[in-house]
Amino acid sequence: MDDLIQEFVSETEENLQAVDDDLLKFERNPQDAGLLDEIFRLVHTVKGSCGFVGLPRLEALAHAAETLLGNLRDGKLTVTPGAVTAILDTVERIRQLTSALARTGEEPEGRDADLIAKLEVLSGNRGPETGPEDREITATGPTPETLIGGTSAEDTAAERGGTGSPQSIRVSVELLEELMTSVSELVLTRNQLLQEHRHQASDSMAMPLDRLSAQIGRLQDSVMRTRMQPISGAWSALPKLVRTLALDLGKRIELETEGGDTELDRQMLELVKDPLAHMVRNAADHGIEAPDVRREAGKPETGTIRLCAAQEGGHITIRLSDDGQGLDPDRLRRRAIETGLMSHADAAATTETQLTRLIFAPGFSTARTVTNVSGRGVGMDVVRSNVERIGGTIEVETMPGRGTTFLVRIPLTLAIMPALIVGSAGVRFAVPQIAVAELVRTDEASEHRMERVAGTPVLRLRGKLLPLVDLGEALGLETAENADHVLVIRSAGMVFGILVDSIYDTEELVVKPVSKALAALEVYCGNAILGDGSVIMILDPNGLAGDISLVGTDSGEEPENEEEVENDREALLLFRSKGETTPCAVPLSLVARIEDIDAEDFERSGGEWMVQLRGALVPIVAPDADWRPPSEGRQPALLFTRHGKQAAFAVDEVLDIVESKIKLELSSDDPASLGTAVVAGRATNLIDIAYLLRHRLDPAKAKEDAPRILVVDDSPFVRNMLGPLLAEAGYRATIVADVDEALTLRDRGERFDMILSDAEMPGAKGLEFARTVKAGGPWSGVPLLALASLGSVPETQEGRAAGFDRYVVKFDRQTLLQTLGASFDKERAA
Amino acid sequence: MNQLVTMTLDGRELCVGVDTVQDVVRLETVTPVPQAPDWIAGVMNLRGHIVTAVDLRARLGLPAGGDGSGRMCVVVDFDGDAYGLIVDKVSEVIAITDDQRDGDPATLPAAWRAISRGVIRLDDALLLEIDPAHIVSLPQSRAA
Repeated sequence: MDDLIQEFVSETEENLQAVDDDLLKFERNPQDAGLLDEIFRLVHTVKGSCGFVGLPRLEALAHAAETLLGNLRDGKLTVTPGAVTAILDTVERIRQLTSALARTGEEPEGRDADLIAKLEVLSGNRGPETGPEDREITATGPTPETLIGGTSAEDTAAERGGTGSPQSIRVSVELLEELMTSVSELVLTRNQLLQEHRHQASDSMAMPLDRLSAQIGRLQDSVMRTRMQPISGAWSALPKLVRTLALDLGKRIELETEGGDTELDRQMLELVKDPLAHMVRNAADHGIEAPDVRREAGKPETGTIRLCAAQEGGHITIRLSDDGQGLDPDRLRRRAIETGLMSHADAAATTETQLTRLIFAPGFSTARTVTNVSGRGVGMDVVRSNVERIGGTIEVETMPGRGTTFLVRIPLTLAIMPALIVGSAGVRFAVPQIAVAELVRTDEASEHRMERVAGTPVLRLRGKLLPLVDLGEALGLETAENADHVLVIRSAGMVFGILVDSIYDTEELVVKPVSKALAALEVYCGNAILGDGSVIMILDPNGLAGDISLVGTDSGEEPENEEEVENDREALLLFRSKGETTPCAVPLSLVARIEDIDAEDFERSGGEWMVQLRGALVPIVAPDADWRPPSEGRQPALLFTRHGKQAAFAVDEVLDIVESKIKLELSSDDPASLGTAVVAGRATNLIDIAYLLRHRLDPAKAKEDAPRILVVDDSPFVRNMLGPLLAEAGYRATIVADVDEALTLRDRGERFDMILSDAEMPGAKGLEFARTVKAGGPWSGVPLLALASLGSVPETQEGRAAGFDRYVVKFDRQTLLQTLGASFDKERAA
Repeated sequence: MNQLVTMTLDGRELCVGVDTVQDVVRLETVTPVPQAPDWIAGVMNLRGHIVTAVDLRARLGLPAGGDGSGRMCVVVDFDGDAYGLIVDKVSEVIAITDDQRDGDPATLPAAWRAISRGVIRLDDALLLEIDPAHIVSLPQSRAA
């Protein structure tokens, strides 16, 4: 049997099973709009699939039923018992045809004129003169046997029992699930053991524990892999679909795919199929223009739909782009008004970015005519809900005239979910990391201020307002007024923040569905057992945002254009340290090389661990005081060079090198950490390697060696930026916010090798400061550099007159560091 | 199914069919589930399985009992999920015969009637047999 047919059969059988309950309920309660919607979607899916598998009989039947259901759903018709019967009959007929298809591989001969006529009469598409016929048909509908022809159970068995490949065996998914569950428990138990062991340093346990741990890691990996399949399995039907669509629509369309070998969980594969087919259908129907239109627009006549998959961290990104007409903001605006989603005034005031997100709203379709392909208002809203159901997110970007790109991010597997553990009112919750775009700490003094608009909390983020959901408030917990961490959630046309008291850690959770007693709570999407054995509830960000309207929320920023993103990116080396699950990162540019050190090469010298590397004795920088070299095997380490000297930083494991934007600012109390950033989809601890080298390597000497710099600047942003920057460059920086504070330091007898001062503080304080310093006293001989913003060159004259020796531009770190370096060299030479 | 686990809740003698009981454990750390009905005490870890803890007192409208320490949890299976019924004390497993069963007294309050499977007559006591299915299948979630 054709693979596609087989796919179609199993999919439709599954769908029919799912809708069975709904049908029964529908019969009892035909006014339930939700049920009607579900049935409508099923029929729509069946019709869509039939179209490209080439099953005209089923397609005609489904199309007629869909028309009726569509009219009922839109309220154009009222639900009558006759309509209910017709729908039930149709579903039953689809079931019969499908099972016949499963047996023979072919659509059974025959026509469904009876049912179709009935459906059309009910839809109001055909005159009532066919009424009598209608009644007759109901009575004499063909029985399943005559409809399908004689087939027996033996045929079915013969058809299905294929010859198995000798290289592989069939294992039931159930057994694999069981394996997965056991391994997950093993992993949890191991984590617990490791945690216990870290507290008590009994070394006899260390070795077997290490081996056990590594073995469990491998086992987990293997079991995970048994569930993995290349994503190309999810899009094998698409080329045929595109071909059929192009023919139907009179367009020329080419489908390009990339990354088909990207692997993901079998279960995910099944779940992502439908959304992908929907999106491709949409792109072909709404996106790609007719050949003559494309020619006029100066584009090649053949439109291209590109499908790319790639793994990024713990999730898969699927990018589906077309080079079609893009989304027309005016049409979206009109449609928004037509469907009653927005008033005229709202629509006029809405930005284009917000408008494009409307395509994810239920019942929103911009296709001008109802076609056979799409455009009945089932479309992107269904795609969105399907993607979200499997814990994914979807975003859209469009350029009118140039095309549309959808970005779907889904987890690799449903079984294990990287999550962020947060706290509110003393209760811990997990948030799926895939939904978290950014972590921000609110601070009265910084630009990220939390404020209230008529009682509703909002956050100022990069000049825009981000609506906030106070987790404690939303869950009805007793909250203290100290929630100051915000998780920025970006998903399907919504960007909002979740306000929590604290952020603890990241953990890989083995997700389990909540019990039925809790299933009605929309704010949870599961629960899991943590490494410490306690149970944690996993929040569903979409459920939590339930009452935030889709339209009213803006992203807080426009989508970055490609160029900007490129410039911001930095290559980071990811590794694990101190046995923690949260990955750590250092800029790759700081790492001289990665070494895998043999346990025998470690030696102890003067109370410090050293290692022989290529003839040189290199000191080890340990992650913490308890660190010991391994008794056997190898120890991975990162080699850094500082002031011409080498040092090796011992790590647990080098994970990866990724290019990532570093933009987040969850600060840390650990001085060896610069803070937390989302890298490759996971919260990552940015290690202040300069600090570690200075303080762990040779604290006393480092202190004396490093040049001391005083920074005076009234902007918290500049202060936050310069601190780590100068530290990384090997300076000891003292940073103060105003001139008076600086002068207090002078009077207290503090000495600096250089002073960096903002030249443009309000009230000409900068210039005044320069004059005061240079006028005399202990600092008069210290080089004084002015921090200036770009474009303030005319003022340099004034600045020099006041006593500034040089001008440097604040936001240009390269030049800043060069200028500092040059100044020090000059000092030394002098 | 003529074996029953007997237990005590707020001075009342209850029992439940032994075949539905998975386990009896001391009540330990329970993670609260905000927004859940008030009779859901939370979720807890029973040897790697997540169990939804049901506060039977709240379910039956009885006064809250102490701080919950030392209380017992009768873990029952219902519809593929495990629920832990929190009671004051779990006593023993008894065997009965069918002629010891009786219907609910007509005057039994509605909250009790909703979860009852009938009365068991022992020589020295009367036990109300509770039905786990009726305890955890909830009007609240049907409405949603």
